[in-house]
Amino acid sequence: MEWETVIGLEIHAQLSTKSKIFSSAATKFGQEPNSQACAVDLGLPGVLPVLNVEVVNKAIKFGLAVGAHINQRNIFDRKNYFYPDLPKGYQISQMDIPIVGEGEIEITVDNEIKVVGITRAHLEEDAGKSVHDMFNEYTAIDLNRAGTPLLEIVSDPDMRSAKEAVAYAKKIHALVQYIDICDGNMQEGSFRCDANVSIRPMGQEELGTRAELKNINSFKFLERAINLEVERQQDILEEGGSVLQETRLYDAVKHQTRSMRSKEEANDYRYFPDPDLLPVEISDELMASIKATLPELPVEKKARFIADLGLNEYDADILTSQKSLADYFEATLKGNEKNAKLCANWVMGELSALLNKNQLEIEQSHVSAQALSQLVARIGDDTISGKIAKDVFKAMWEGEGSADSIIESKGLKQMTDTGAIEAIVDEIIANNSPQVEQFKSGNEKILGFFVGQAMKASQGKANPKLLNELLRKKLS
Amino acid sequence: MSIHTKTIAQLSQGLKDKEFSSVEITQHYLDRINKSDLNAFITVTDELAMQQAQAADDKIASGNGGILTGIPYAHKDIFCTKGVKTSAGSKMLDNFISPYDATVSHNLNQADLVMLGKANMDEFAMGSSNENSFYGEVKNPWNKNKIPGGSSGGSAAAVAGGLSCFATGTDTGGSIRQPASLCGITGLKPTYGRISRYGMIAYASSLDQAGPMTKTAEDAAIVLNAMAGFDEKDSTSAEQDVPDYTANLNDSIKGLTIGLPKEFFSEGLDDAVATEVMNAVKEFESMGATVKEISLPNSAYAIPTYYIVAPCECSSNLSRLDGVRYGYRCNDPKDLEDLYLRSRSEGFGAEVKRRIMIGAYALSAGYYDAYYLKAQKTRHLISDDFKKAFKEVDVIMGPVSPTTAFDLGSVKDSVSMYLADIYTLSANLAGLPGMSIPAGFSNKLPVGLQLIGNYWSETKLLNIAHQFQQQTDWHTKTPEEG
Repeated sequence: MEWETVIGLEIHAQLSTKSKIFSSAATKFGQEPNSQACAVDLGLPGVLPVLNVEVVNKAIKFGLAVGAHINQRNIFDRKNYFYPDLPKGYQISQMDIPIVGEGEIEITVDNEIKVVGITRAHLEEDAGKSVHDMFNEYTAIDLNRAGTPLLEIVSDPDMRSAKEAVAYAKKIHALVQYIDICDGNMQEGSFRCDANVSIRPMGQEELGTRAELKNINSFKFLERAINLEVERQQDILEEGGSVLQETRLYDAVKHQTRSMRSKEEANDYRYFPDPDLLPVEISDELMASIKATLPELPVEKKARFIADLGLNEYDADILTSQKSLADYFEATLKGNEKNAKLCANWVMGELSALLNKNQLEIEQSHVSAQALSQLVARIGDDTISGKIAKDVFKAMWEGEGSADSIIESKGLKQMTDTGAIEAIVDEIIANNSPQVEQFKSGNEKILGFFVGQAMKASQGKANPKLLNELLRKKLS
Repeated sequence: MSIHTKTIAQLSQGLKDKEFSSVEITQHYLDRINKSDLNAFITVTDELAMQQAQAADDKIASGNGGILTGIPYAHKDIFCTKGVKTSAGSKMLDNFISPYDATVSHNLNQADLVMLGKANMDEFAMGSSNENSFYGEVKNPWNKNKIPGGSSGGSAAAVAGGLSCFATGTDTGGSIRQPASLCGITGLKPTYGRISRYGMIAYASSLDQAGPMTKTAEDAAIVLNAMAGFDEKDSTSAEQDVPDYTANLNDSIKGLTIGLPKEFFSEGLDDAVATEVMNAVKEFESMGATVKEISLPNSAYAIPTYYIVAPCECSSNLSRLDGVRYGYRCNDPKDLEDLYLRSRSEGFGAEVKRRIMIGAYALSAGYYDAYYLKAQKTRHLISDDFKKAFKEVDVIMGPVSPTTAFDLGSVKDSVSMYLADIYTLSANLAGLPGMSIPAGFSNKLPVGLQLIGNYWSETKLLNIAHQFQQQTDWHTKTPEEG
C-alpha cells in the first residue's frame, strides 16, 4: 500500500530577553546551577508573577512576520502538573486565547514553493532542569532555566515528508533570527522541535493516529527521527497492527525512538486562567510601533535579490535561508553592486566550501565579508582573474592578509599590458612551430595549448581575454 | 485605662507625650501574651519586638516618629516575614523560615511598627472557626468555649483579648469580617487590588485581600494608610492613589442612603443577631441616614460559586507545596510519587485536602465548563447585582455572620461550616470593600454589623463606621478577664 506521511511541528523558540518571563532573574545560559533563580522562580509561598513586556513585543513581532492574527486581548493559563523541576506545580502558558493566532509561511522544497499553515503561537515559561548524574542516587534540580520565556509555534499538519518538515523548521529558525526574537542556538536548547507524525493510506482524508516525537535538537535528527517513525508506523500498519497515540523520545545515539507515555498516561492539566495575571491587552499603537520596527523579512529579501540584483530563484533562496548568510552576502555586495552574481557565487561557492570543510558557521569565517568584498572587487576591476582569486582567497583564509596586500606581495596583479603579453605570445609562437601549423590547418583545439603555455610563462597573471585576442591575431 | 485597651491613636499620643515608651508597651503586651491561654499566636517574636521597640523609641526621641512608630501589632501568619517562621497555620510550612518579606510586611516595617508575633489562623486561611490550624484552635476572648471565627481568628482574638493593639488579617470569603464580628472588633476588607498580595501566601488569588483588624474605625484608617498602595510585584494590585483614609472620618453622614438587602435578613439569620443589626441601622437613621430595602437576587448563589472558585484556585496555588524545595517532606520516600503523595497527605490538614480535591475535580477535563466556567458566570451576575444596587444606595448594611460565636467543636460537617460565610462571600466575589463593626451583644457575645461599599469607597466606609463609633460604645467593650 502507498502511504502518505502527515507531519505537524511544535517549535519552542526561547525568546532572547535579558530577564525571565515572570521575574527579573537573568536568562544567561550555562551559569552556576540555581544562580539565576529568584524567589519567584523558586515558587516560594506568596510570590507572584509579573509579565515581562519585552516578551509580548517579541511574540507580536513573530505574529506580524507570519501574517498572523494577533489576539489583542490574550490570556495566561495555568497548566497543572507535578514535576520536581516545575517549582509551582503548574506552568504558566496560554491555552484558549494565545497571543498569536493563525498565520502562514512559505517553504521551498525541490524548487517547489509550498505554504505551511501556522495554527497558533503562544507564550509560556520554561521549566527547570533535572540533573540525574551529579549526585549518587539523587536527582538534582537546577532552576536557572525555570521561567525562561518561550514562544511555542504550532504548525498545521501540512508537511508531507521529513524533508518538508526540515524545510519548515529551518524557515522558522531563520525567521526568528531575522526578526531578532531568538538566538536560534539549538545546542543550548534555544530552539527545539517536537514533531507530530502520522501516516494514512494515500488518498484518505482522515488523519491517522499520531505519535509525538520529542528530544530532537538538530535538523539532521529531525529528518532522521521522522523517517524512522514513518517506517515504524508503516511496519505496524502493514502487519495489521494499530499505531498508539503516544509521546516518543528520540535517541540520537542509538538512532531509535522509545515510548515515553501513552495517551492514557497523559496528564489532565486542568487548565484555567491564571488569577495572578491580568489579561494581556495590546493596543493598536503598540502593534503599529512594532510593525514599524520589523526588519526586511526573508521572503521580502529574496524577492528583492531576484528583482533588483538579478539573482536566480535558487541563489536568492539559499542566500536568504539564514540571516547571518544574507547579512554576509549583503556586506560582500557593498561596492560590488554590479557583480551581484559574482558575489553570490563566491559566498555560496568558495566560502561555503571552506566553512563546510572546517565545520564552521558563517559567523566564524576566517574571511570577513568586508575582506571578501575587496577580493571580488579585484576580480571585477580585472586586477586579478577568477582563478588567481581562488589562490588569494586561500591565503586570506590562512590569515596572510587582505586581498590587496596578498596580490601586492605575491605580485599576482593581472598582466594587462598588451606589450608584455605580446612578447610572451611571440616567444611561444616562435618556439612551437609544429603546433602553430596544426592551428593553421584548422585545429582550433590547439589554442588551449597556447593559452596554457602563456599562462605558465606569465605565472597565471596574463589577462585571459587579452591573451586570447592576441593569440588569435598572431596565429592567423 | 490600661495600655492594652488603648487605640493606636491613643498609644501614639502617649508615646509622643512620653507617657510611656514603646519598649514599655511592647513588654506589657508580651507579658500578656505570655499569660494568655487564647492560643492567638503561632510564633511570638519577643526578641525582634523588643529590638523594634527600642529602635522606635530612638526614632521618637529624635522627633522622626510617625503615627505608627512603636505600636505593637500581631501579624497574621500568612504574610511572609524575613527570617521568621511563616507557617500559614500548616504543618506543611512548620519549618519554613521565609527568606523574604511580603510587601505588607515591608510596608509595616517602614512604618516602624513593632511585630509581637505571628497570629494563629486556619490552615492556609481555609476555615471559619480557626479550628483548622495545625497549631490548635484559638479561643474567643469573650467566652473561651467559643470559636473566635476564622480564618483570621488569632488576629481577632489578639486584638479583642488585649494581646496586641491591632492585627493584620486576610479575607478571602469573610476571614477578616467574620472573626472581627465574633470577637467584637473592627475589621476592614478593602477593595480587591488595594493592598498588595505579594508575599501573602495565596489561598484563592482572585479573592484574597489583606486588611486591618483594629479596635476602632479610626485605627483601621491609620493602618490602611500604611498597608495600601500599588505594588509592581503584584499584577493585580491597582495603580490607584492612596488617599489619607483618616482625612474624612469626621464628615457628616446626614443624607446617607443605606441599602438593606432583603436576602440578608431571611431564613437562617439568628433573631437576636437580626435585632442587634436592626438597632444599629436605627442608630444610623437617627444620625440622618435613610434606609432602603434592596435586592441582591443572585446572592443565594454566593456559597456554591465561592466553593467552586476558591477550591479551584487553591488546588493549583497549593501545588508548590510538594516536599521538593521547602516545607514538609515525608520520611524515607520510596520514589518521587511516594514523596509527593505522603508529603502532601501528611502535611496538609483535612479541610485543605478537601478543598484541593474539590478544586482539582472541578477543573478536570469534562467538568470545567459545568463548574469553573459556570461559577465565573455566576460571579459576574453577583457583581452586577451590586453595581445595580450602588446606583440607588451609598452603602449596604447587614449582618456579618448568621449567628454569634458558636461552641468550639460544635460544627462538625463542612457544609454547615460553609454556611457561616453566607453574608460575607459576595463582597469577595465582587471584589468590593466590606467592614465589620461592633454593633451589640447577644448572650454576652459580640454581634457585628457589616458595611459593604462600592469599589474604592474605603474612605466612605471608614467615615460611616467612625461616625457610628462616635455615637455608640460597643467598640470600647472588652471581655472580662480571667
